[in-house]
Amino acid sequence: MSLNSLYDLTAPLCESDGGLPDIASRWIEKACKKGVDAAEISISQGAGYTVTVRLGDVETTEFHQDVSCGITVYAKQCKGSANTSDLSPAALDEALDAACEIARFAQPDACHGLADASLMATDMPDLNLSLAWRMGIEQATEMALACEDAGRGFDARIVNSEGASLSSYGGRGVYANTHGFLGVSNGTTHSIGCSLLGEDANGKQRDYWYTSARSADALDDAGSVGRRAAERCVARLGGATPPTGPCPVLFESEVASGLLSTLTSALSGGLLYRRESFLEGALGTDILPTWLSLLERPRLKGGAASANFDGEGVQTANKAIIDAGQVATYLLSSYSARRLRMQTTGNAGGVYNLILHPQATKTRRELLQDMGRGLVVRELMGQGVNLVNGDYSRGVSGFWVENGEIAYPVSEVTIAGNLRDMFRGIVGVGDDLDPRRHVRTGSILIDSMVLATPA
Amino acid sequence: MNTIYETARDTCLGATDLDVSTCESMMGGLMAPKVDAGELFFQRERRLGWSLEDGKIKEGTFGASGGVGVRAISGEKTGFAYADDISCDALTPALAAARAIVKSGASTAPPSMPAMFEPAMTAQTGDAIHVLDDPILGMSNEARIDMMRRVDAVARAVDNRVSKVSVSLHAVHEAMLVMCTDGTLCGDVRPLIRMNVSVIAEENSRRERGTAGGGGRRQASWLLEGDRCDDFAREAVRLALLNLEAVDAPAGAMPVVLGPGWPGVLLHEAVGHGLEGDFNRKGTSAFAGKMGTQVASPLCTVVDDATLADRRGSLRVDDEGTPGQRTVLIEDGKLTGYMTDKLNAKLMQSECTGNGRRESYAHLPMPRMTNTFMLPGPHDPEEILRSVKKGIFAASFGGGQVDITSGQFVFSTTEAWLVEDGRCVCPVKGATLIGMGAEVMQRVSMVGNDFALDSGIGVCGKDGQSVPVGVGQPTLKVDEIIVGGTSS
Repeated sequence: MSLNSLYDLTAPLCESDGGLPDIASRWIEKACKKGVDAAEISISQGAGYTVTVRLGDVETTEFHQDVSCGITVYAKQCKGSANTSDLSPAALDEALDAACEIARFAQPDACHGLADASLMATDMPDLNLSLAWRMGIEQATEMALACEDAGRGFDARIVNSEGASLSSYGGRGVYANTHGFLGVSNGTTHSIGCSLLGEDANGKQRDYWYTSARSADALDDAGSVGRRAAERCVARLGGATPPTGPCPVLFESEVASGLLSTLTSALSGGLLYRRESFLEGALGTDILPTWLSLLERPRLKGGAASANFDGEGVQTANKAIIDAGQVATYLLSSYSARRLRMQTTGNAGGVYNLILHPQATKTRRELLQDMGRGLVVRELMGQGVNLVNGDYSRGVSGFWVENGEIAYPVSEVTIAGNLRDMFRGIVGVGDDLDPRRHVRTGSILIDSMVLATPA
Repeated sequence: MNTIYETARDTCLGATDLDVSTCESMMGGLMAPKVDAGELFFQRERRLGWSLEDGKIKEGTFGASGGVGVRAISGEKTGFAYADDISCDALTPALAAARAIVKSGASTAPPSMPAMFEPAMTAQTGDAIHVLDDPILGMSNEARIDMMRRVDAVARAVDNRVSKVSVSLHAVHEAMLVMCTDGTLCGDVRPLIRMNVSVIAEENSRRERGTAGGGGRRQASWLLEGDRCDDFAREAVRLALLNLEAVDAPAGAMPVVLGPGWPGVLLHEAVGHGLEGDFNRKGTSAFAGKMGTQVASPLCTVVDDATLADRRGSLRVDDEGTPGQRTVLIEDGKLTGYMTDKLNAKLMQSECTGNGRRESYAHLPMPRMTNTFMLPGPHDPEEILRSVKKGIFAASFGGGQVDITSGQFVFSTTEAWLVEDGRCVCPVKGATLIGMGAEVMQRVSMVGNDFALDSGIGVCGKDGQSVPVGVGQPTLKVDEIIVGGTSS
C-alpha cells in the first residue's frame, strides 16, 4: 500500500457496491431454502484512516477496514439472529445456520417479522453522502499538525496537548429481505479535531473542538479548529462558585443536540412498549411549548444521518415529530409498532436528521440577556438521565452569567430537574446552529433547573 | 492435554494458512532501522446472547468475529492496521500499512530482533485463574432458557406491583494470541458471562426501574449456584419498589456514606483513570508528577488486581502478553503506582504492570484498569452511618465519568437514602454526585471493615474502547461531596 494513494482505501467504497448486493441476494435465497418464513440480511463494509499528532510530531497512524454482516430469520413467529465479521461463504453459512438454530429455541411472538412489503422504499435519490477525500497521508499529517500548532500558539496558557487528529472514513452497506427488497447505501465522514490543556494558578483544564462533514469541502479550516479548541480551553481557567439553588439554564448547541436526542429516545417504540418511557401515552399531548416543533428530514443532501430507507427497508419521509408543541408521532420499528398496535414510522435504527422549527428565535447574546442571571452549560458529565420517570441530574462545566454577560467559568456543579418540566420550560432557541450533528439545533434556554454547588 | 497457549494458538490459527513460524517471519517484515518493536495480535471471539421479555424468550443472537491487529512502534510513534480475516493475504497489506509509520519515525534505536521466539514462560506456566471451558457450550440452550424463565417467575412472585421483567444472558468465548519482536509469544483463553435483570414496578401512576445482575470469567452454571440468579431477580425488584417511595434528593454539599462493593465505581473514576500511565506520561492527568505525595486520606489503600480468580476484570495475561498483576496505586493515602502497558512503561522507564488492554484486534492497546478496589479499614459500618448528622447513604450506582485533566468526576446513585441523626430516614431519587478526585479522596474520614467486590457487571469506556472491569470497596464516608438533587 503506497503512502500517497491512501484515498484508495475509501474511494472504492464510495464508487462501487463491492459485490455486496450479490452476496445479500444469495444468502436470502439460501435462507428461503431453509424453510424459514422470512429473512433479512444487512452487510456493511468500511475503511479509512486516522492520523494523530501530538506536540508537533506524529503519534499514531491507524488504518481501519471493517466488515460486518447480520442475518435474521423468522420461522413460525420465532426470531433468530447471527452476525459475523467474515464474508466467506463458510462463515455466512455458519451464521445462517446459527440464526435458524436460535429461532428453534425462541418463543413465538406474533409481532415479529419484516415490515410490510408495501412500505419498502422505491424512491432512491442520490443523497450526496459519499465524497472521498483524495489526499495522501503526508498532507493529512500536515493538516493535523497545522491544527495543533494554531491551537498551541493561540495563548500562552496553553501548556500541553492531547493531540490533534484527522480522520477520513468511507463505507457502503446493503440491506435485503425476502420481500425482494434490496437497498444500497454509502457514505463518508471526514473530521479534524484537537484537544488542548490550559493551566493557570488554579489548576489545569482541558477542552476540544472538531469539525466533521460528509465532504472535505464542508470542513472548517484546520487552524480555526485548533484556535477554537484553545479559546474554549482558556475560557475554563479561573473558575468561581455560584450559589446552590434554582436558576435559568442555557444548553449550548452541542449539548442541546443531546437534550433533543433524549426526547426522541423517550418517544422510541422500544422504550414505549417496555413501559420504560416517561412519555408513554404522550401522543397528542403538549410536550414542548406551542411555538416550537421538531421535524425529521431524512433526505437532506449530505446530511449526517440521511437515508432513503430505515433499518428494515421502509421508505423514509419528512414528518413532524413534535408539531406546535404536541407529540405528533412516536418513533417506531415494525416490531415496536405491532406491540403498540400501530404502524411503523420508518424509524428502525433511529431518527434520520432532526431540525427545530423555528430554527432560532434569538441570537446567543439576546438569550444571555433574557437569562440575566444563570448557568451556561458547555459540557455534561455522567449518565444521570432516567427515561423511566424523566428525572435528570448531571455534572456540568460551563459559565455563570450575571446581568446578561458571562461572569466566570464554573465546574464541579450539577443541574437537576425533570425532563417534562425542562421541555415545557424551553423559552428560546439560539441562532448558533451546530451543523455537525444529526440533531441540528442552536443553544436552548430553559427557564429553571436546580443548581447544586459547593456554596 | 493442551496448554492454554496451545489451545489459544490452535483456536486463532487453526484452519488458516498461517502458523506461528510463518507469522514470525512475516512480522520480521515490520522491522526496519527506525522500528523499535513489531506486534501481531490474533483474536477469535464467539458470542451468544438471549433475551427474555414478558415471560417469553424474545430472541437470541450468535456472533463470531476474528482478525489480526498489527502494530509497529518507533519511539513514541505507533503505526496500526488490522484485518478482519486471519490469512496470509489479509495480513500482508496490514503489515505494509502499519509500517507506514516508519517513514516519519524519529527513533534512532537499532532494531531488536530476538534470535528466536519462545512462548513467554512466565505467562505460559502460570495457573489458569479461571476455567477455560467455552461458556457457550457449557450449558444447553434449553437449560439457559429454563434459567431465564425461572428468574422472570421469581421476580414476578415477589410483589404484584412488578409490571415488567426483562432478563438477558450473555456468554463470550475469546481466544487471543500475541507475538512481539521483543520475544513475546503468548496466548490466552477467556470466557465471560453476564446476566442482567431489569424490573419495572408501578403504583399510583408512578413507575420506577430496578436492575441487578452479575457474572465473571465463569460458566453459566455459576448463576445457579446457591440460587444466585434468584437473588438478582429479588434485588432488581427491591430497588424498583424502593424507588417508588423515593423523595426528591437534596441539593448541595454534604457528607455521603458509600456502601460496600459496586459503589467502588468511586475509585474507578476519582483516581483509577487518573493513574493510567498514558495520561501521566503525557502530563495530562491531574495526578501527573505526584508520585509519592499524599493524594488521599491515610485511611485509603487502593489496588488494581488482575489476579483475582474468576472476576470480570481478571486477566491471566494482558493483551500484550504481560502477566496480570496486583499493583498498589495508593498506599495509606500516598501515590505509589501508575498502571502501564509496554509502550508507556518503556517511555516512563518503569516496569510494565500488565495493564495493556484493547477492546479487540481492531483497536490499539492502552493502559486500562482490571479490578480496582480499596482495602478494608478499621470502622464498623454501623458506626460510620451513626456518625452522619445529615447527609446521604448511597448503596448503589449507575455509571460514572471523569475529566482526568481537572480531576472532576461524577457518578449517579440508583439506591440512596436520606440520613438524619445517624439513621436512614427514607429513600431519595437518583442524583449525580460530583467532586474533584484528589479532594474527595482526602475527605475520606472513615473506612469500613466490610470489604466487598461487585457482582460482575462493570464495563469501562476509554477513547471509544469498552473492556470488562471489576470494582470494590468497604463502606466509606466522604465528609463532603456535592449531591445533585432538586430539593434545597
